[in-house]
Amino acid sequence: MKYFAFIVLIITTWAACLTSPEKRTLPILGERDISPGGDTIYRSVPDFSFIDQDSQLVTNATFADKIYVVDFFFIHCPTICPRVKKNGLRLYEKYKNDGRVMLLSHSIDVRNDTVAALHRHAAKLGVDAKKWRLVTGDHDAIYSIADDYFSVAVEDPDSPGGFDHSGRLILVDKNRHVRSFCDGTNAEEVDRFMKDIDLLLEEQFPR
Amino acid sequence: MLKKLCLAGSILFCFSVIFPNCQPNPYREGERLYKTHCANCHMEDGAGLHALIPPLAGSDYLKNHRQKLPCLVRYGIKDTIVVNGQVFAEQMPGVATLSEIQIVNILNFVNTSWGNQIEPFRLEETRTLLEKCRH
Ligand code: HEC
Repeated sequence: MKYFAFIVLIITTWAACLTSPEKRTLPILGERDISPGGDTIYRSVPDFSFIDQDSQLVTNATFADKIYVVDFFFIHCPTICPRVKKNGLRLYEKYKNDGRVMLLSHSIDVRNDTVAALHRHAAKLGVDAKKWRLVTGDHDAIYSIADDYFSVAVEDPDSPGGFDHSGRLILVDKNRHVRSFCDGTNAEEVDRFMKDIDLLLEEQFPR
Repeated sequence: MLKKLCLAGSILFCFSVIFPNCQPNPYREGERLYKTHCANCHMEDGAGLHALIPPLAGSDYLKNHRQKLPCLVRYGIKDTIVVNGQVFAEQMPGVATLSEIQIVNILNFVNTSWGNQIEPFRLEETRTLLEKCRH
């Protein structure tokens, strides 16, 4: 009898595991507050407004009901940018025909990376502006939004190229929350990041 | 003792004959320097990046402009060039801190990697070429 109860216990736990498998969900990253009512308030990406390679306005509305991947770069970057771009192109290729995913690259060199320069750069990368926005805009606005995406984009005269910035790729969900990031120079980390993107798509666009 | 050494030596020799690919590129220093100074742009596999960065793997520029290479590494290049039929009008920063011997090592690593087979640079030749472009 004792054994019977034991076996029943095992079978029920096993069945429970089968019916509701432990699903990994991405956390919401960044600072959070507790409202007076006791709810957790997550920090979200603030309002922004930039100009892309085709002179189009890019705002939060551009990414309404989409998830998107953010990075910071500049065209004449002697260090990590080409690597990040190469991995960005992998994302571009994978989600080229998936309207739910977009890419957003901010230039942190507002002086040199004009709209025309960004346009040429995009053409050389062979990417479509509908999918991958390369944007410029107000210097301070770009640097402060970088802080918000918790990327490091502080002007550092000692770093090669005059700018120090991280090669991070940052994943933002359709509620403006940062959900994942990776080192965009590292192909294996980007593999893992792509799995996170798929996970987020499942979560936010249930069939 | 000597016998043992001989045996070990001949075993090593056999292995290196059977598995020549396991031998590292002879330009180890060049490889290390390449990873530090060049791979961010030209990539580990020498493939470059679309129309932005020309390839080094299989590049005909290496052959056609051999004389320019040492200066190109030290001082960079901002020009319109043709690599394997594709035009590039970009700019590349040089690495001014590299010594002559380091430039030789990088170039020889590039010239013998990814299927490239270009005659190695020698120090004398490199020094003469660098003289010409001294700023
Ligand atoms: C910041 C990115 C960058 C870095 C770092 C860089 N290159 Fe380049 N390289 C370029 C670009 C861009 C061109 C094309 C320049 C032009 O159009 O005038 C180029 C051209 C070349 C060429 C001639 C074209 C070809 O593909 O054969 C060689 C050779 C070359 N680079 C070797 C090197 C070596 C060796 C290093 C490391 C010491 C290096 N490069 C570092 C971006 C870079």
